[in-house]
Amino acid sequence: MYGLGILKGLSVTLKHFILTFVDDAKRGKARYQSPQGIAYRQSTELSGLFTVQYPEEKLPVPEEFRYIPFLVYEEEDGQKKLRCTSCGICSKVCPPQCIYIVRSVDPETGKPVPNPAEFCIDVDICMNCGLCAEYCPFDAIKMDHDYEIASFDRIKHHVFDISRLAKPVSYYASIRPKNYKTEEEAREAKAAAKQGAASV
Amino acid sequence: MKESLNSPGVQIPEELSGQVAITTLDRIYNWGRRNSLWPLMSGLACCAIEMICTAASRYDFSRFGMEVMRPSPRQADFMLISGTVTKKMVPQLVRLYNQMPEPKYVVAMGACASGGGPFKEGYSVVPGIDKFLPVDVYIPGCPPTPQALLNGLMKLQEKIDHQTLKSDAHWYKKGGSAPIPVPILGPDLIDLRKIEQIRLASQAPEPGTDEDNHEVPHE
Amino acid sequence: MSDHSAIVSTIAEVLPEWFLPDNRPGYAGLIVPSERIHEAAEYLKDQKHFDMLTSVTSADYFPEDRLEMVYHFRRSTGGEPLRIKCILNRKDSQIDSLVDVFPGAELQEREVWDLMGVRFMGHPDLRRILTWEGFAGHPLRKDWKEPFFEEEIKPYKSRWPDGKFIRAEEKNPLGDNLCFPPGFDPESWVPDKDETLYKSMTRVAKAGEDGFDSDTIIVNLGPQHPSTHGVFRMVARLDGETVVDLKPVMGYLHRNHEKIGERNTFLGNMPFTDRLDYICSMSNNFAYALAVEKLLNVTPPERAEYIRVIMAELTRIVNHLVANGFLLNDLGAFFTPVLYSLEEREFILDFFEAASGSRMMCNYFRFGGVVRDLDEHMMGMLKAILERLPRKMDELEKYLIGSEIVRVRSEGVGILTPEAAIANSATGPLLRASGVPYDLRRADPYSIYDRFDFDVCVRYHGDIYDRFMLRIDEIRQSIRILKQAVRDIPNGPVLTGKPQYQVRVPAGEAYGRVEGPKGELGFYLVSNGKSNPARYHVRAPTFINLTSLAGMSRGNKVADVVTILGSIDIVLGEVDR
Repeated sequence: MYGLGILKGLSVTLKHFILTFVDDAKRGKARYQSPQGIAYRQSTELSGLFTVQYPEEKLPVPEEFRYIPFLVYEEEDGQKKLRCTSCGICSKVCPPQCIYIVRSVDPETGKPVPNPAEFCIDVDICMNCGLCAEYCPFDAIKMDHDYEIASFDRIKHHVFDISRLAKPVSYYASIRPKNYKTEEEAREAKAAAKQGAASV
Repeated sequence: MKESLNSPGVQIPEELSGQVAITTLDRIYNWGRRNSLWPLMSGLACCAIEMICTAASRYDFSRFGMEVMRPSPRQADFMLISGTVTKKMVPQLVRLYNQMPEPKYVVAMGACASGGGPFKEGYSVVPGIDKFLPVDVYIPGCPPTPQALLNGLMKLQEKIDHQTLKSDAHWYKKGGSAPIPVPILGPDLIDLRKIEQIRLASQAPEPGTDEDNHEVPHE
Repeated sequence: MSDHSAIVSTIAEVLPEWFLPDNRPGYAGLIVPSERIHEAAEYLKDQKHFDMLTSVTSADYFPEDRLEMVYHFRRSTGGEPLRIKCILNRKDSQIDSLVDVFPGAELQEREVWDLMGVRFMGHPDLRRILTWEGFAGHPLRKDWKEPFFEEEIKPYKSRWPDGKFIRAEEKNPLGDNLCFPPGFDPESWVPDKDETLYKSMTRVAKAGEDGFDSDTIIVNLGPQHPSTHGVFRMVARLDGETVVDLKPVMGYLHRNHEKIGERNTFLGNMPFTDRLDYICSMSNNFAYALAVEKLLNVTPPERAEYIRVIMAELTRIVNHLVANGFLLNDLGAFFTPVLYSLEEREFILDFFEAASGSRMMCNYFRFGGVVRDLDEHMMGMLKAILERLPRKMDELEKYLIGSEIVRVRSEGVGILTPEAAIANSATGPLLRASGVPYDLRRADPYSIYDRFDFDVCVRYHGDIYDRFMLRIDEIRQSIRILKQAVRDIPNGPVLTGKPQYQVRVPAGEAYGRVEGPKGELGFYLVSNGKSNPARYHVRAPTFINLTSLAGMSRGNKVADVVTILGSIDIVLGEVDR
């Protein structure tokens, strides 16, 4: 019969349509606005409605997700101490060259101090590649997960300086737990090796 | 929607509370507009793919009223510039913007549309569409994930919520707004609003130039 | 280590003596005197069966005051490419056009004229293609500086240690990315109104049968149009509804990838390659990594090779899902097939996001391996995808391949004969749907593809329906490769050597290519021993596949032109670079 192909195709659409209601009925209220509902809609056994309703339900981002970088600071005696030593590697490795660093200079001796006086990232140029975080030898700059940074005025808000970029280590540990654990273990191993060498 | 339509400060008696809402003209006008914004499908580059993913079933933006993505500017409410704006394409984008009926908005999606992006140093890239069009919301990211785009669109809705008929609705005033002059393609892109500047800059004697070289602008 | 010493040595002894070997260290290929290039091309095509001209490019050696044309010839029976070079001088460079021998050279020669300034004698239509008529200068020459020029190579000294933030606009006298020639008067400039373009389209003088003379109209399709292929413009001359001639106009997304690539470091180019064919970023990374690894003479470890194959095949599936979905969109099934295809694609993008950090711009490959290993959770995601995909593909097949509307609109439309496909340098699904079983994974194997058991998909009619079905066949073959890869992947490191950002690449040239989802994606790199490429060229498959568009559209209705474009499956990031 002419038109059978079209009817077969429409039957697939009809099946999808019916499945959305069947699946909703099967899973009830737990299907929406709950973490297991979101996880179900991200898994491959899904059948039925696929939509994740932003902003009420936010799809969790994986650990490796990269958006705009941020600088990590440690809290020592209530002071914020940036891990960054302004070595400049992130600025050299950045492909579109959007990282601007001014290294601090000791006012008396004129020698460079391992601390950034100014650190700017032009977010209108950043391509979220993650090379800065990958090659930083001090674990000082990491890729953030925050993507809700739309604004009305780019001249004022889209150049991130140190005050906007600095975030605590606890924040880093909460967004990237596995990476944080590996890095902490590496640091402790290095510190133990140094102590072992010093005591010998 | 964060606010309800009911205007606070006006007490509605108990027996009528489910049936009557008292609101201001501004609020209901804005409520109608912000919940049915139709985007102009101006997908230029990689960000356009994320825009299509936002229109697809996982991050459906028809929940916000934007599913009618029109390719024709006459039927669109806002222009979603997604992708790098090149000098060859900019005259067409300005023409499209001029053809859109008021009230119209522009959303610059992605780093390239906001400020040139990673390609800013290129010779045929316009460093941000705000060199020609007035942009309302900038969404950084390369590309912004669909959730970031939805966040940006919600910011546009927020902006519309704060507009008032008295001061912001210039489309109801006499005269209307002048169209933006369409740039023309010369040895480089000629913006018709900057003709004097171009003439002055070209006549200033440049030291150390070669005849078939392009001058180095600084030093 | 040259990458085609084998092919040169097998035929070098039987080539005429005016094919001289290129003996520079790190270089390979043959040098031909520039006035004999036409003769050489005819000889290679007729006598030596090199019937495909895959790449026409150029390289500017500014300090040595020399400009080289570089041609890559291939045989459609398989094998490595043969590289032929011609040396021209930088002032007044001209050479014979090869369009009458290899029609596929047409768009590529226009690009060389536009960006490098080499004039091709005998070219039917030598106009600028990526910039516009009236543009000042030839941008890819080394002595041409762009308006926002800061320093010759990156990293810029102005960013550290005294990197005060300053916008690039503040350094330019016009406050923008603009620079005009001295003495330019903007008010007396008359812009080009495409007159040369319209005049260059063939006219058909038709004396009317009833004494009526009919005329043809010219219609511009694009650059803003409802099809989702991007900013691409086609100028069609129509006789009623039938297309008489068609010319593509591109350059609306020309983002100066090659010029920026010469300023970047080798590592810094990797994120930029993501943005070439932005739907298949892993495949672009793969081709670039292969090209640089040829120069560095480094091979990745086993586990990295398997991971690379997994990513490349997943990218192929993603691309074909998108291509088919959008083709069905063009055919009129407005958005539902797109929604179903994009749903499957989202699962694969979740996997990419978990492994590399970003859905589309993955930046995952490095020279000598990949950046990160796949852990248990990610392998679990991959296995779940492989379990879901076959039954979803069955459903998608049942959905539309029998549909009468799709069949009537796509069978017999946009036919490309195998001879025309080879002559137009078409590669990828466009070539295989016309009956030529040429797949680089078999014809010129790279990475570890020779260990996998898969079929090269071919179809024989060369119309839109065959290209559509071929992409579905290729998805199934990719699933087959993925299952073998997941079964056989060994444990081990994923990067040879330590990760380093300062990659010193020895001097030489290399051409790294993969069978991308759209065709042969190649990177031609020339290094002069420093940390930045001296020449960086992308052999973009869709750009060259567009040469066949005009031939396929003639005689069809204007409504079919959109679907033919959809079946070629273009991505503007790659066409315009």
